Amino acid sequence: MGRESHADPSVTVVAMKDIVKKFGDFTANDGINLTVHKGEVHAILGENGAGKSTLMNILYGLYKPTSGTIEIGGKQVNIDSPEKAIELGIGMVHQHFMLVQPFTVTENIILGMEPRKGLVVDIPSARKRVQELSEKYGLQVDPDAKIEDISVGMQQRVEILKVLYRGADILILDEPTASLTPQEITELIEIIGHLTRDGKTVILITHKLKEIKASADCCTIIRQGKYIDTVDVNNVDENDLASMMVGRKVNFKVEKAEIEPGEVALKVEDIHGLDYRGVEILKGLSLQVRKGEIVGLAGVDGNGQTELVEILTGLRKGTAGSVMVDGKEVFNKTPREIFEAGITSIPADRQKHGLILQFSNENNMILQNFREPEFSKMGVLKKDAIHKHAAELFEKFDIRPREHEAYPAGTLSGGNQQKVIIAREITNDSDVLIAVNPTRGLDVGAIEYVHKYLVEQRNKGKAVLLVSFELDEIMSLSDEIDVIFNGQIVGKVAGKDAEENALGLMMAGGNSSEKE
Amino acid sequence: MKKNKENNAGLFSHILQANIPYTLLSIIIGFVVGAVLLAIAGIDPIATFGALADGIFGKSKYIVWSIVYATPIILTGLSVAFSFQTGVFNIGAEGQFVVGSMAACCVGIFCNLPKPLHILVCLLAAALAGGIWSMFVAILKVKRGINEVLSFIMFNWIAYYLSNYLVNIPAIHKDGDGEATKNIAESASMLMKFDDKALKAFFGTGASFSIVVALIAAIVIAFILNKTTLGYKLKAVGFNRFAAEYGGISSNREILTALTISGMLSGLGGACQVMGMGQRISQFSSQEGFGFQGITVALIASSNPIGCIFSGLFYGAMKYGGSKLTLVNAPSEIVNIIMGTIIFFIAIAPAIKKLILRGRKGN
Repeated sequence: MGRESHADPSVTVVAMKDIVKKFGDFTANDGINLTVHKGEVHAILGENGAGKSTLMNILYGLYKPTSGTIEIGGKQVNIDSPEKAIELGIGMVHQHFMLVQPFTVTENIILGMEPRKGLVVDIPSARKRVQELSEKYGLQVDPDAKIEDISVGMQQRVEILKVLYRGADILILDEPTASLTPQEITELIEIIGHLTRDGKTVILITHKLKEIKASADCCTIIRQGKYIDTVDVNNVDENDLASMMVGRKVNFKVEKAEIEPGEVALKVEDIHGLDYRGVEILKGLSLQVRKGEIVGLAGVDGNGQTELVEILTGLRKGTAGSVMVDGKEVFNKTPREIFEAGITSIPADRQKHGLILQFSNENNMILQNFREPEFSKMGVLKKDAIHKHAAELFEKFDIRPREHEAYPAGTLSGGNQQKVIIAREITNDSDVLIAVNPTRGLDVGAIEYVHKYLVEQRNKGKAVLLVSFELDEIMSLSDEIDVIFNGQIVGKVAGKDAEENALGLMMAGGNSSEKE
Repeated sequence: MKKNKENNAGLFSHILQANIPYTLLSIIIGFVVGAVLLAIAGIDPIATFGALADGIFGKSKYIVWSIVYATPIILTGLSVAFSFQTGVFNIGAEGQFVVGSMAACCVGIFCNLPKPLHILVCLLAAALAGGIWSMFVAILKVKRGINEVLSFIMFNWIAYYLSNYLVNIPAIHKDGDGEATKNIAESASMLMKFDDKALKAFFGTGASFSIVVALIAAIVIAFILNKTTLGYKLKAVGFNRFAAEYGGISSNREILTALTISGMLSGLGGACQVMGMGQRISQFSSQEGFGFQGITVALIASSNPIGCIFSGLFYGAMKYGGSKLTLVNAPSEIVNIIMGTIIFFIAIAPAIKKLILRGRKGN
């Protein structure tokens, strides 16, 4: 990739040896070794729930290992709290930011370590220090902006500055790109370069192979709590990494047989709708999906996709238009009527719409179907049938850990939560399936499964509308790609003829091939 | 041997995860704080708690009285707990209790029916009155978006003055002096009268079978919440309204249903107070607080319907025992201080639990 390495293999800064961590009967880390050198970008790769975060939480003093030793800078240490970790020069940027929204960037960075002048906080000198740090590492932030007003990318830079301000030499970044845009990811990779150039060491927890190739020197792979290998990133390609992580060969290319689409199952005509502020965001959008076809809706976030899906599933009322499912009008009907007419969906936000986290998995599996005679009789739930149903779906969709049907959905990892939703929605067997960012936050193994299931639905003659911000995903799955811009469809391309550049241009509101 | 030890460790951490030990701990802390305050005030805490225990357990009829005191607040506790499970806060249990007692009182005075039927009709009338009273507020919330806490509190006052108005209607007001209604007909009373001397001595004069209503209600509510599609829908809305709506459950309709059922339970509480204890309604000089005590009962029970039976009995016994503390020159308000402290510690229990579990995680 032409990146420059700043690693100094003669200086070992972190050595974790034979780390074992058990939670009750469950072994999250089973004899893991990790050696990190000064100036290195060291990626920790593993599937959702493989034990990466547990290992890093041990290094950061949040968990105590059941057995094993840790050496920092060649000296054996006992890290029993994050305070101790910070003292040793270890800093962690968590996946979910921990910032005070109404505070400014500077106030957030100095929180807990405020420089004082007498009794008051010395904001001017703190501000100066923040600016120095941000210039030194190319972390552009506005020290006076409030957190609630700045982008996610900038919030992440604030988190990194917070760690640097506390004097960290070893930075742990936990899934740092999960919520970033592609542009912001490129910037982050540059920042990581700046950090290592200045002698910092970066440990990167991720399951994104592309980013490892683009930014890391070394990569340690963990699978189901076990240490697999540490490799030099230059000597492996993405396929090698993927198969080491999953433990089998991963198929990146989606196998899709040619089939002739059937009649129109979902027909959306001239939809108008408002966003949460009451501004018109959908301006006469029309599209249709035939049976046995995947239509991908490509577009930049904020062009009306969210509102369109909400109107199609009944969560939001549109101002005008028509939605026909198998010839039946369902525009502005209730979610239940729409579901019964034949639309089911994999929602974008799995924890807000997709699951009731406090409910058991088996109860989540019947969210739309609990009234069916299969699951209840005269208003009384059939617990046994519900449990059996969930156990079958756990088996069929490989939801882990097994035997977790009766536990709250919130106890599953993100990828397995998504599998619960997908299992439920696919089992609904509706004519129309709307999938919104169905693979967000999933690792390659899980993505492969999701893609396989979507194609399977298409092959079974279902109409699939795929809404995704991942252009790769849209291009590899769709039979037809519709581009949404500014609340309208601005172009339609057959999936096999799609070109990334042309699509990108249309998504940005440039030329369109078939303007309607 | 090792296996056994592991099992014990498992059991112990299981206990640490549950709510009950924290509740019991909070109760103990409540008594300790009460004792400290008594000592500061120069009153012997041991003598006071002794008198309290004696006032509750000293004679069989005291225990009976404690149960009679507990019955209405078990029901208001269930009412509040049920609303919590659906994610709304029925702070209007007080008002629903009052309209329930009015309905039971009127039907008890004016209808002329044979005994078991008369009781059932009175209970039904009280449940309907409480349910409708709560439904008004629910409709305002669902249709107009008016915060239920505000309208519930206002409805409490409306019920309060309505009751005082009712007491003074000539046809209802008792003959002669006193600010109260006539007594309800004997056929509507849930008091137990004993001819046998020994039984009379055992149960005292206040025995009532109204507790049966509270027990049945708790079992029915537990059944609804855990076993029915209604409970499924209500809890879905309570936990995550967005996911419930996504799944085709109308959250507005479920909130309406939940608050109506919640109001019915408080209404039944009012009926049990009239039919199982007072036999009439007296003019109020202030709100009597049965509904607010229900909030305490629900909180101590972590909104568990079966738990409400025990926390209601506990509160009822404290109320009854506390009323006799003046005899040993201790202020009966000490009971309120103890209950308040318990609630405070139950409220911060999740934080304590987290600290304890986190401390153990390392080992």
